[in-house]
Amino acid sequence: MSVRPILAALRRHKIAAFLIVLEIALAFAIVSNAVYLVIGRLQRVDLPSGIDERNLVLLQLATAGKQNGSVASAQTDLAALRAIPGVESASAINTLPLSSSQWALDYSLRPMRVFSDGVQVPVFFGGPELLQTLGIRVIQGSAFQPSDYSDLSPKDVFKAFVNARQALITQAFAQRLWPHASAVGKVMYMGETPVLVVGVVSNIIRPYISADAHDPANCYGVISPFRAGPDLNAWYALRCRPAECARVLKAGAAKLQAMHPTETLNAQESFTHMRQRYFRDDRSMAWLLLSTVIALLGVTAIGIVGLASFWVQQRTRQIGVRRALGARRVDILRYFQTENFLLATAGIVLGCAAAIGINVWLMAHYAVPRLPVIYLPLGALLLWGLGQLAVLGPALRAARVAPTVAMRTA
Amino acid sequence: MSSQNAYYLQLALRALQRNPVLTTLMVLALAVGIGTCMTTLTVLHVLSGDPLPGRSSDLYYPQIDPRDALSYRPGEEPMGQVTWTDGMNLLEAHRADRQALMTGGSVAVQSTRNGVDPFFEDALYTTAEFFPMFGVPFRYGHAWGAADDSSRARVAVISDALNRRVFGGGDSVGKVLRLNGAAFRVVGVLGDWHPSPHFYDMYVGSYAEPEGVYLPLSTSQDIKMDHNGPVDCWGNGGGGPRPAHTAPCVWLQFWVQLDSPAQVAAYRQFLVNYSAQQKSLGRFQRPPNVRLRSLMQWLSYNQVVPDDVRMQAWLALGFLLVCLVNTVGLLLAKFLRRSGEIGVRRALGASRRAIFMQLLIESGLVGLAGGVLGLLLTLLGLWAVRQQPSDYAKLAHLDPTMLLATFGLALAGSLLAGALPAWRACLIPPALQLKAQ
Repeated sequence: MSVRPILAALRRHKIAAFLIVLEIALAFAIVSNAVYLVIGRLQRVDLPSGIDERNLVLLQLATAGKQNGSVASAQTDLAALRAIPGVESASAINTLPLSSSQWALDYSLRPMRVFSDGVQVPVFFGGPELLQTLGIRVIQGSAFQPSDYSDLSPKDVFKAFVNARQALITQAFAQRLWPHASAVGKVMYMGETPVLVVGVVSNIIRPYISADAHDPANCYGVISPFRAGPDLNAWYALRCRPAECARVLKAGAAKLQAMHPTETLNAQESFTHMRQRYFRDDRSMAWLLLSTVIALLGVTAIGIVGLASFWVQQRTRQIGVRRALGARRVDILRYFQTENFLLATAGIVLGCAAAIGINVWLMAHYAVPRLPVIYLPLGALLLWGLGQLAVLGPALRAARVAPTVAMRTA
Repeated sequence: MSSQNAYYLQLALRALQRNPVLTTLMVLALAVGIGTCMTTLTVLHVLSGDPLPGRSSDLYYPQIDPRDALSYRPGEEPMGQVTWTDGMNLLEAHRADRQALMTGGSVAVQSTRNGVDPFFEDALYTTAEFFPMFGVPFRYGHAWGAADDSSRARVAVISDALNRRVFGGGDSVGKVLRLNGAAFRVVGVLGDWHPSPHFYDMYVGSYAEPEGVYLPLSTSQDIKMDHNGPVDCWGNGGGGPRPAHTAPCVWLQFWVQLDSPAQVAAYRQFLVNYSAQQKSLGRFQRPPNVRLRSLMQWLSYNQVVPDDVRMQAWLALGFLLVCLVNTVGLLLAKFLRRSGEIGVRRALGASRRAIFMQLLIESGLVGLAGGVLGLLLTLLGLWAVRQQPSDYAKLAHLDPTMLLATFGLALAGSLLAGALPAWRACLIPPALQLKAQ
């Protein structure tokens, strides 16, 4: 099909053609960025935490106003919780992935006089049962020896906490510090304190994660050889078989409440629930973006249908003449389809520039990464498809115009 | 002129009825655009609002930099909170018209009412001028006085909600409230106090509900109540839920009221002098580094409005733009389809101006319908936002300003969208159209 007559016809409808191009360009620029944001959000929501999420329920005792809640009382509580049928393992842990409450220290390969020069890494501790309860594997080296553990209390927490001499580190953090060698047996520094890496464990994600799901720092973590109690806001994490977890949670809460009648439970939930809470804003943002994208494509399609119908109606006589002169129905159909393809292409070219502009602006003002190039051809396919689909109805109507129309006077 | 406009209105209505599908699509597209846009703009408007209208311009948040010189980088922002020592020094200097030192906390409330289990309630530990400075309304009683601060009195001000929960409502002044096992005398019950954002202590959540219990800061330290919120330490500082008063840690917020620009300048100088004096005493190691932000500046510095909300507003504006371009296109198609009719009217003597007015009234009608429907969609959208779990969701209500803005946007949008097609249509030369017929 020759393009020249189409361009000639479009030249006589500059405003309408320009409006369609503009609408497609805007739709393309907004949709490609919005879809990219949706995918980023969904990747965050689906980020594996590295622990056995479905096997975990959590209880947290509030001890405000009371002086108890030490490691010793935590051991009593844990022993009672382990006695509940269905509990495979239990541990009192200072913080958990996606719990939104972080204990973090700065580590470096060299002794630092200034803390903030190192890499900030969340620190997890929870006694010898921590690894088994959360389902963290030791990949290299070994776990701590039972004699390595000491107790933390609010009184000395900051002095003791920063002076841990041994650590297990996650694979991602090991790779950050020693990309080409095994981390086991190496020494890193917390301030000026040397810390011996005794083992490397499977990755777990931080209590807070960054906007970019692919950020390797999301999986940086250090495990320290300490025991904690409720007076440091420790969580009681109970490992159970998924089918039994609901019952275990209920029984655990009842048991703790019976043991501490004057205290209340701050939290009582499954890890899956906590995870959902952490990502609720991401999920609602993804839905909002997605519904806007759909509405926007719908509006664009309406615009194309409206203007194409107008053109078909306006050119009914010309179409009749062409049919009378021997053009087949498919030629008429192809004419309108090609016309739409040309308009969509112009819109997409314009939209590419706008899409990149919007992305650059978003990167400057919000935590949004660079738009991958692949989104541009995908978006182009989407809008070409949408345009062809929208123009199909009016084009088919045009193709049905009878050659005899040309002979009528009006 | 008015009878002519009425005639045009009739014509417009007839024209719109002639093609109900196209008209409906146009109205719908415009309504969806306006609904989306106004929903997100209302949320943005509510979240970036002034928590204390009429008062906020006199309220300031002083910042100083007490850290050691180790990781000093020139030009760095000072810390967001103050240490106990500095907070007390600034409070006792009384250099502002009013000043208050505060920090969040959490207390266990034991009720004497039957059937009410002990529960935890958010608390604010503060000093006496907190209440007059922020204009906190009282339903019963009054704030505590400076004497109560210095004598570490066991007095409390409670919120209306807590009053109903613990005492069943009514004038509870003089009643005894048991907090963390200690007895407090209620001196005041607050009225309607819901500043949003929760500007004075944003570390407990920018849009947090106001706390239920207000206690003198000195008393809270006296009986070792737990602090809530971040504790930032340096050197060999140790934090925890009850930071030591001598520890190099910031965990308190300090607010001042300064009634004149001269006062503001003087207070800024006072902060510089104070920093220099502390440096000469050896407590501070950095050169004086102070900020004195007004309440609204402090909110924008902390970017209280979530990024997601801003991004949604931009997205919705883009969406509205597409809807408007779409309306322009559809109106253009609609008007040009009637080229014949317009040609005849022009040939019979209608001026371009008359045609333009007639078509503009038609697009105004579309805009009005889109606006009404868009308003309904906005109400629906805000309802949907309120069902979201975010802590700001419950604030999403339409106020009169935004209601007017919705209609303004709808009318301006559709008139703007109608102007181009109407102009294009009134350029139709009468003769050509008659020839074509």
